[in-house]
Amino acid sequence: MSDVVEKTLSALPSLLSLDSQAGAGKLSPSSKLGNLIKGITELTSKHEEEKLIKKELESIKEQVASPNTTMRQMKEIMVRAIYCEMLGYQASFSYIHAIKLAQQGSVLEKRVGYLAVSLFLNETDEFLLLLVNTVLKDLQSTNLIEVCMALTVVSQMFPKDMIPAILPVVEEKLTHPKEIIRRKAVLALYKFYLIAPNQVQHIHSKFRKALCDKDPGVMTASLHIYLQLIKENPESYKDLTGSMVTILRQVVGGKLPLDFNYHSVPAPWLQIQLLRILAYLGKEDQGTSEMMYDVLEESLRRAEMNHNITYAILFECVKTIYTVHPKSQLLEKAAECIGNFVLSPKINLKYLGLKALTYVVQQDANLALPHQMTIIECLDHSDVIIKRETLELLFRITNAQNVTVIVEKMLEFLRLTCDDYSTIDLVGKVAELTMNSVFSLGGDVMQPDIPNNFLRLLAEGVDNVEDRQLRLFAVDSYVSLLQGVTAKLPQRFLQVISWVLGEYSYLREEESDPGSVMRLLARLLDQRHTSTETRSWVLGAMTKLCSSPVSVALARDVCERYLSSLYSGSLNTVLRQKAQELMILSQDTKLRARVLPAEGRLESLEVDSSLSFLDGYVSEALAAGAAPYKSPHQRQEDLVQEKALSLEPYGLSLPVSLSSCSITDRLTDRRSPTLLSMSSGLSGNSTELSHQEGSTTLKLEGVKRVWGKDGYLAQQQSAGETPTPLVELPNPLLSPQSPPSQTQKPSSGLEPDQEKRQLASSLFVGLGSHNSVCLVRLPSTVWLFIKHCQSANQSHVFKALFKRFYINSCQSISCISGSPLKEVKGHSVSVCLHTVVMKRASVQVELAGLLSYQRPLGQPQAAQFSLSLSLKHFLRPLTVSTGDYGKMWLSFSHDLKQNLRLVTTEHQEPLTATLDALKGKLHLHVVDIIGSEGIVACRLLQGPGQGQPCLLHCRVNADSLAVWLRSPVPELPDSLLYHCQKALTET
Amino acid sequence: MIKAILIFNNHGKPRLSKFYEHYSEDTEQQIIRETFHLVSKRDENVCNFLEGGMLIGGSENKLIYRHYATLYFVFCVDSSESELGILGLIQVFVETLDKCFENVCELDLIFHVDKVHNILAEMVMGGMVLETNMNEIITQVDAQNKMEKSEAGIAGAPARAVSAVKNMNLPEMPRNINIGDISIKVPNLPSFK
Repeated sequence: MSDVVEKTLSALPSLLSLDSQAGAGKLSPSSKLGNLIKGITELTSKHEEEKLIKKELESIKEQVASPNTTMRQMKEIMVRAIYCEMLGYQASFSYIHAIKLAQQGSVLEKRVGYLAVSLFLNETDEFLLLLVNTVLKDLQSTNLIEVCMALTVVSQMFPKDMIPAILPVVEEKLTHPKEIIRRKAVLALYKFYLIAPNQVQHIHSKFRKALCDKDPGVMTASLHIYLQLIKENPESYKDLTGSMVTILRQVVGGKLPLDFNYHSVPAPWLQIQLLRILAYLGKEDQGTSEMMYDVLEESLRRAEMNHNITYAILFECVKTIYTVHPKSQLLEKAAECIGNFVLSPKINLKYLGLKALTYVVQQDANLALPHQMTIIECLDHSDVIIKRETLELLFRITNAQNVTVIVEKMLEFLRLTCDDYSTIDLVGKVAELTMNSVFSLGGDVMQPDIPNNFLRLLAEGVDNVEDRQLRLFAVDSYVSLLQGVTAKLPQRFLQVISWVLGEYSYLREEESDPGSVMRLLARLLDQRHTSTETRSWVLGAMTKLCSSPVSVALARDVCERYLSSLYSGSLNTVLRQKAQELMILSQDTKLRARVLPAEGRLESLEVDSSLSFLDGYVSEALAAGAAPYKSPHQRQEDLVQEKALSLEPYGLSLPVSLSSCSITDRLTDRRSPTLLSMSSGLSGNSTELSHQEGSTTLKLEGVKRVWGKDGYLAQQQSAGETPTPLVELPNPLLSPQSPPSQTQKPSSGLEPDQEKRQLASSLFVGLGSHNSVCLVRLPSTVWLFIKHCQSANQSHVFKALFKRFYINSCQSISCISGSPLKEVKGHSVSVCLHTVVMKRASVQVELAGLLSYQRPLGQPQAAQFSLSLSLKHFLRPLTVSTGDYGKMWLSFSHDLKQNLRLVTTEHQEPLTATLDALKGKLHLHVVDIIGSEGIVACRLLQGPGQGQPCLLHCRVNADSLAVWLRSPVPELPDSLLYHCQKALTET
Repeated sequence: MIKAILIFNNHGKPRLSKFYEHYSEDTEQQIIRETFHLVSKRDENVCNFLEGGMLIGGSENKLIYRHYATLYFVFCVDSSESELGILGLIQVFVETLDKCFENVCELDLIFHVDKVHNILAEMVMGGMVLETNMNEIITQVDAQNKMEKSEAGIAGAPARAVSAVKNMNLPEMPRNINIGDISIKVPNLPSFK
């Protein structure tokens, strides 16, 4: 066998040099190419290849420089140079010769010359100027091939400044008798339009002529231009809709010559192009859209599912139908078509189906519902691209109820993937979902770990592009959040926002004025709902930001107001200290330069925990007669011994507020200017503060590491810790007993199919109906969660949704606060939260209401909803001691006695079992169990921090439970007793 | 718009690279390597689309590729191109090459880089699809070839020579010897899945 190869290889050059014998009689250049290739293929290492190519380049160099080399030989040499360049070796010495070949060669040599030029050079190369005259000459040549070559090279790359020189000649070609020339001229002009739009403005009318050209090829070429023009400015080209529709109708109807058919589909690429143009034209324009419904329907009908290229048309058609003003009949057909794509066994079509679905669920999330099972299957598909597209789809249908499961899925994918691109993309999405939906919905009830760890994730990364992007992304999304209404954002979220803005706002400085972030923060300070703790975070962020003159002025302004008498009375010590620091910082430029070095942001600071730099100060103070420092512990002891005035309240206030300030543990400390200013002795009590600082740094150890560089490092047990504030949702798809985090890991006993179905139900929860109303129970409040999904066409239609919103409340229920409408970005969903309380206790009440909303151009619409609320929803455990219970018992006047059924189980005492059942079902608090008696307490929610208590005294009496209820309100014992009875009979 | 058209073999050796947007030479080579890396690790039974090579512009762009025998044909395009449309275009390109070279193989692409470029130039011009009709493309290429023949007389010889080599040795072409670059195999042109 190897003999044969050897023979072949040795025969190769001689075979190849056949033509050279007829030629110059020298060694054939093409045999040299043969030799080169043969040489390269015999090599085993990259190093050898390098050596060989170097040698080859040397010989090329020698030959091109030789005056004896003919143009003909030059042509062959260029091909070899092209080959070397393609392998990545520079042959820059040959560039000038390529130009020469294009200038002087005969047609064929010229062609190679042009080719080499277009491969070697780019539009910024100065060499190209040498070519302008040649191009001009060739454009005017009578040889069609020369004209074509010139047009091709012009559209590949041409210096912008030189366009005017050749523009008239190219323009002239629009009327050339040969259609191929006209086509190429159109594309060359399109290229000019892309590079320098102003220079071709005057020939727009000629583009129209090209569109009406009798040759369909020229017309097709002109569509490139129109697609671009219409994309940029659809309004100016609405008059073309009719023509485009007519063209498409003719194409679809098979009016073009058969030459244009591809696999018996008439001009498929042309159809795709036209459909795209129609999509741009019909977007948000009912009138224009109506013109195209017929032809869209026809092309949907004509494109039978039989070949790849028809699928391409169908896909485009579906996209257009969903982009233009909706028509229900068409939408139905398009949805069916998407279904076919998604269900197709052909993987390319499945991918496109998912992509189409991703596109359309932004308008109507319900479209995903019929494909739940397929989507679940795609999540486990062997092809990562399919998986990623599925996650993208899930990302679009994320809502408050399924966010946990979807984020889990994304993180799962992240752990498996190692490709940079998907990581960046997904981390961004995970961050967006967690940061924004979770934080804003349940920020105050989640564990403090979570924001901490999120901040750590942001700060920890090495300073590479990905991390910068993620940070910038966070900054941008927070800035836009702050620009909106901040009243509803949880305090903890505001704190996170302040920290992030303080640390990373500099990333966006180039694009916005430095004061804007500062102003947003200042606004936050002025708002009444902002808590003291949050304010201190905000001040900290402002301290970090005050580097530019604008920000300094703003900061000074804020501080002045803060430190003025108006606030000072109520101001907390930490706040005042921070404001003071900021004030000093804003007044002293030098200090600012030292404390906030512009380049030093990313260096980590060494913290001198022994505070040795203060030694001088301390010794001076001691010499001046100051008392030596004693630790708080020591001081306490001293105090006890001396029985002097108790300083306890002062001692307490600092540690508490400070430790909460440094909630970000190490991160803030690392580059916190607060620390710097403390250490530099700015604040009066620096010793003590710095001491505190030392102790807060240690807090790090207890913090569980949940966020890592690559994202969320969720372990088995941490899944339960992901914030799931919305635990009990009376939603048909999700049973109240199984919170999302559990459904996702079903017990092993379940059939896989069932698992999938369960996963499906938790992923698609909340997409079931157009309007969904449900209750969300939180420890301190009950929310009425109203969601409105709208299958309209464009997402910004929703901005005006819910123009008016009200709830017809019946007498015993009232809604104390309604949040302004919030639109969940990209989901076509509006949500609003109302806090609901039960003013008068009753067993069950109906809540009915009317949602009214209006589209920008449409009639107001209304949807009714009703919801049945039970007393159970508003009961919360009341934690009291037995002593307090006794006092309360005596003071309550309304009582009720009744015998109830005892619950009997094998393992427990009847009394314990019964009380446990009540505790589980009605959220009562079992205060104490003494012998055969038990005392239980609960309260009825009536607003934040308010509520009416109800106490139960239970005694086992033979085989029944004698219950005695007491409460300050008359109705409560009665209704509660009803629920107790019901709960026990159900057990 | 089409940003780049790349052809490389199973070992990642470039056989044709055409960029319609300007990148530095180093970046071009990196793009070829990265694209090969992305494409070569994909199984045969997965979809023909890929998103996001970092170098060629991230999420804005996509790679649409097709694997024929020893060669990968990869088109890097932006979001304005139709995936299946480009897939069809690759098929047209390969069929055209097959017609022009009579059973095209990797060797044809090596020895006739210039011709392949010329064929491509009739299909795609400055990143825009110019012609999708195979017969039309061949007509244009033939018109130029005719001129070549009349000008160079016996210039048809190299093509004959190569095809002679091809025909002579194809069946015996051993696989176990390291001549990766000339491992000729006529690409079968399966109709699309």
